[in-house]
Amino acid sequence: MSENITINGESPTNPFAGSAPDQLVTPALSAERASSDYANATIMGWRRENGRVGVRNHVVILPLDDLSNAACEAVANNVKGTLALPHAYGRLQFGEDLEIHFRTLIGIGSNPNVAAVIVIGIEDQWTNRVVQGIAKTGKPVVGFGIEGHGDIATIAKASYQAKRFLQWATELQREECPITDLWISTKCGESDTTTGLSSCPTVGNMYDKLIPHGIYGVFGETSEITGAEHLCKERAASPEIADKWYKMWKSYQDDVIEAYKTDDLSDSQPTKGNIAGGLTTIEEKALGNLEKIGHECTYIDALEPAEAPAKGPGLYFMDTSSAAAECVTLMAAAGYVVHTFPTGQGNVIGNPIVPVIKISGNPRTIRTMGDHIDVDVSGVLRRDMTIPQAGDALIDMIVRTANGRLTAAESLGHREFVMTKLYRSA
Amino acid sequence: MSANQETRGNGDGIPHVLAHSPKDNVAVAVVEGLGANTQAFGVITEDNSTFEVFVKSDIPIGHKVALVDLKTGDTLIKYGQDVGRIVADIAKGEHVHVHNAKTKRW
Repeated sequence: MSENITINGESPTNPFAGSAPDQLVTPALSAERASSDYANATIMGWRRENGRVGVRNHVVILPLDDLSNAACEAVANNVKGTLALPHAYGRLQFGEDLEIHFRTLIGIGSNPNVAAVIVIGIEDQWTNRVVQGIAKTGKPVVGFGIEGHGDIATIAKASYQAKRFLQWATELQREECPITDLWISTKCGESDTTTGLSSCPTVGNMYDKLIPHGIYGVFGETSEITGAEHLCKERAASPEIADKWYKMWKSYQDDVIEAYKTDDLSDSQPTKGNIAGGLTTIEEKALGNLEKIGHECTYIDALEPAEAPAKGPGLYFMDTSSAAAECVTLMAAAGYVVHTFPTGQGNVIGNPIVPVIKISGNPRTIRTMGDHIDVDVSGVLRRDMTIPQAGDALIDMIVRTANGRLTAAESLGHREFVMTKLYRSA
Repeated sequence: MSANQETRGNGDGIPHVLAHSPKDNVAVAVVEGLGANTQAFGVITEDNSTFEVFVKSDIPIGHKVALVDLKTGDTLIKYGQDVGRIVADIAKGEHVHVHNAKTKRW
C-alpha cells in the first residue's frame, strides 16, 4: 500500500484484510422457538389484488429494452423511493429467446413484492404487451413509448405517474398472513464442501418442514445437477414429471454444454471459487447442491425458465442457468418472494425485488465476509448445531425478513437483475 | 477456530474432518489450519460414527483428505456416490483435489 490510512489516529495494519472485528451475523438459536409451530406461523405482508402475498412494496420503473434504461433511471431519480431495473436486452430477439424476455419482464412486474409498475420502451407495441401482461394481476401499471416524444417528455410524463403510484403504495398496510402464503426459492453460489455439509441441508430441512404446510418452493441450476441426475430424477412426484425433468436436463447437456464446450469445463463448473473452497468435480458439487431439496418432498412439476408454477403448493424444479443472478431473476419472475441462498466461499448476490437470505456454514467466510451472511450455520460443522436446528434458524430468519428486516444483500445495495439470453438476436 | 494438533478434535468433540457416508474414501477438513502430521478426529455425518486419520499434508478448510490409499483409475467416493476418478496415486492422509482427481463427465 502506498498510502497510509488512519482511523482515530490509529493505523490499522491492513484495512482490506476483511477481518472486521464486529461482524453481525445471526447467532445460532436454541431449539425452543416460537416458529417451531410452522403450520400456524404468520408473517406481516402485503396481500395484492390477485390474492398473492408480497414481503416488499416496490414501485418499479421497468425498461422494456436496453434503450429505455436511461429514461427509467431518470424517473427513479426524480421520484425517490421508486426502483429502476436496467438490463441489457430487448431488441431484435425472436422465438423462445423473446418469449423468455417477455415472461421475465411480465413476471417481475407481476411479482407480489411489487405494488405498481411503470413500463418504458422505445416503442409502444412491445411496451403495451408487457403492460397488458402485468395488468392481469390487477395491480396499477402504465406504459410509455419513447418514439415520437423523446426522453425528456417521456421522463416528465412517467415521473408524474410514478409519484402518484409511490404515494398510493406507501399508504398500503402490511397485514398478518400465514407463512404458508410465502413462495420461497433457492439457489446456492460460490459453493464449497461446507455447503453440502451445512447450508444446503439447512435449506432442505426448511423445505421438509414448510412444504407439507402449503408453501411453494423451487430449485433449478440444470447443469449443476450433473452427477446427481439419478437422484434428482427419483425425487419427481410421478414418472411423467421425472421424464419431463430428465428431458430438460439432457437437453441442457446436449444443446448447451456439449454444443459449446471447449474442454471439460474445469475452468467454469466447478468455478474457481468452488475449487478454492475444496470442490474438485461437478459430481461432488451436484450432490451438495441437491441437499437443498431435503429428504422428504418431491417436485411436482418441471418449469420452463421464468414460468409461474401452476399446480398448486409444493416443490418445483425450474430449468435455469447455474449463474446466480440469472437464476434468481428467473425465480423472481416466476413469482417467488423470498430467496434462500446457501454459500460457502461467500457469493455476494442480491436481487432488486426479492430479499436474498444468505446462509453459510464456512467459519472462515463467517469471519472474513460476515457482512454478507444472514444465517450462520457453522455450528453444524462443529457438531454443536443439528441440521433441524439450522433449519429452524433459517425459518426464523425467513419470518424476520418477510416482516421487513433487510437482508445483508439489500443493506449493501445488491440489485443484480440479469435477463437470461438463449442465443444471439436477429 | 484452529485445530489443536495435540489432542483429538480439540479435546472437546469438535471434529477436524467430516465424511458424509461410511462408504466415502475422502473426508473434508472443517477447521482452519489442519496441518501435516496431525492425528485428525473425524465424524461420519450419516451415522455419527467417529474415526481417526493421520493427516500427511496441510489441508485447507473445505479440502479433502484421503481415508484410504487411492490408485490411479480408482473412483472418488463422497456422499456414498461416485464423484470422479483418481488420476494420480494418493496415500491415505494426503490431500485430494484437482491435481489428483477429475470429473468423469464433460
